Amino acid sequence: MRIAIRELVRRPGRFAVAGGAVTVLVLLLLFLGALLDGLFLGSSGAIRINDADVFVFSDDARDSFLRSKVDGELAADVQSVEGVESVSGLGLTLLGVGIPGEDEIANGAIIGYERGAGDLPQPPLPGQAYADRRLQDLGAGVGDVVLVGPLEVPLEIVGWVTDSNYLLQAGIWVEPTTWRRVQNTNRPDAPVGDDQFQVLVVELEAGAQAATAISDIDTVTSTTVSLTSNDTVFAIPGIREQNRTFSTVIGVTLFVVGLVVALFFALLTLERAGLYAVLKAVGASNRTLVAGVVVQAIVVAFGAFVIGGVLTWGLSLMIPPSVPVEFLASRALFVLFGVVITATVGGLVSLRRIVAIDPASAIG
Amino acid sequence: MSALQLSDVRKVYRSGDQDIAALDHATLDVGDDEIVALVGPSGSGKTTLLSIAGGLLRPTSGSVVVAGHDISGYEDKKLTAFRGSEVGFVFQSVNLVPFLTARENLLVVAEMTGKPKGPARSRADQLLEELGLGGRSRNLPDQLSGGERQRVAIGRALMNEPGLALFDEPTSALDTEMGEQVMTLIRTEVKERGVAAVVVTHDTRMTHFADRKVEITDGRLAASGG
Ligand SMILES: Nc1ncnc2c1ncn2[C@@H]1O[C@H](COP(=O)(O)OP(=O)(O)O)[C@@H](O)[C@H]1O
Ligand SMILES: [Mg+2]
Repeated sequence: MRIAIRELVRRPGRFAVAGGAVTVLVLLLLFLGALLDGLFLGSSGAIRINDADVFVFSDDARDSFLRSKVDGELAADVQSVEGVESVSGLGLTLLGVGIPGEDEIANGAIIGYERGAGDLPQPPLPGQAYADRRLQDLGAGVGDVVLVGPLEVPLEIVGWVTDSNYLLQAGIWVEPTTWRRVQNTNRPDAPVGDDQFQVLVVELEAGAQAATAISDIDTVTSTTVSLTSNDTVFAIPGIREQNRTFSTVIGVTLFVVGLVVALFFALLTLERAGLYAVLKAVGASNRTLVAGVVVQAIVVAFGAFVIGGVLTWGLSLMIPPSVPVEFLASRALFVLFGVVITATVGGLVSLRRIVAIDPASAIG
Repeated sequence: MSALQLSDVRKVYRSGDQDIAALDHATLDVGDDEIVALVGPSGSGKTTLLSIAGGLLRPTSGSVVVAGHDISGYEDKKLTAFRGSEVGFVFQSVNLVPFLTARENLLVVAEMTGKPKGPARSRADQLLEELGLGGRSRNLPDQLSGGERQRVAIGRALMNEPGLALFDEPTSALDTEMGEQVMTLIRTEVKERGVAAVVVTHDTRMTHFADRKVEITDGRLAASGG
């Protein structure tokens, strides 16, 4: 083990090529991950921020917020189901948002809601809105009156929320009548009635089973299709495909990490055949020698992660706010474990070659 | 007890569709603290004999007993452990680890065989001192002269306190004076520790350092005065 570390310290140049290649791949992995997380979180914040267990859609909505419409009086039926703690309404309209002093029209999701939760405060007064910080990045400030939709319904921003966006459109949170006014003014083709919402947001009592509650709710109402919060997120159009695409690219990149490491150490093992023969001749077991390779592979991977991480951090400062990237500690940890494990496997590929080295060749 | 007993050892190499008997009916008994010089022309089977005695090669037939262990039937894993604890080698091409200092080249033997660090360190320092390398212990192999490297290799061979040390032409790369120095050192170190040794050489001027001389020709041993 010490000999492996000593070689790394005294002959770092030997490992530069592999280290450099893995560093570039780490950079790629961190950016791909950040983009995936940014897209995923930016698409689903409006759902997750509710801290809800179940979302109730109308049965003709095919799990889409925009196609769904439920009557407020259904809330009482849902509330009667065993295990339901609270029921509230939610409605969502995607529209352009004019920010004072900005030429560009921002994309907004105007969301009417009845119940605050976690980071989401209770609804503001009519005509007021809590806006997502994303709108702040785009130039809005507290006290600004933004104009929503082609018919320019004015909303006054009175505070910020974070991670509350829908399909990368900035979340703008208002009380229900304000939302209905926004919807009915700008989308007369799809009017909502006085006590109508798009979905009902259900919070379950501690210990209640979501699956049971869902089937009970849909039986009681007979006109709804309910989903868990997680299923609601994955019902967002395109999100599944997006996750799958990115996961595939990330998986392939990790595979390339393993390939680079395997190839590098296979070549290094060829180069070291003489050294390994001598070490075997003086009593080194295959296990000791392979452990040395694996230790080196892990150190190379870890070093590449550190350098790649610093580079990523540096580059991330140059990314404009319009690119939806999120750098999460959990993603960094995933990349770290990913590269370390694939590098370990890559190093183990040299096992066969090492076993095949004949100690007698040391003396020849 | 004998340090090494070869009985009727035969080693056949297959080369193409031809069999070459590198060793034939080799029988040799090396006493507990005896130094045997093995002399013979190039290609006569000296290295093959040494490899078999040290558990680097298995004989085609015959038995090899080192310090009471019959190693002829050992599988790879057991042979590896055997080499780590019972024999020390000095190879013809010195073969030090290039990125380790003289001292570390000794310690690596203990590390590879999982020996405790503390005693290994003091043993390495003592060996280096005795070999006249006390001031060179922090030097890398390419900062050492040929003679110094050879001495490091001798220290490495003695690191794990083997009962039998095997030297393959230890002086072939050195001039006469340096060669004599190295042979003197080998003799002192080996005798002081009560270690048995087989020293292969084709240089007959070096054989007076041994207790006994054995000649080998075409894979056959013949004792001779020495
Ligand atoms: N790995 C091998 N394969 C085939 N023939 C070998 C091999 N090693 C040695 N020989 C042959 O065995 C004979 C003895 O070789 P060796 O023991 O190396 O002799 P020496 O050390 O006395 O020069 C030589 O004829 C050599 O060509
Ligand atoms: Mg030879």
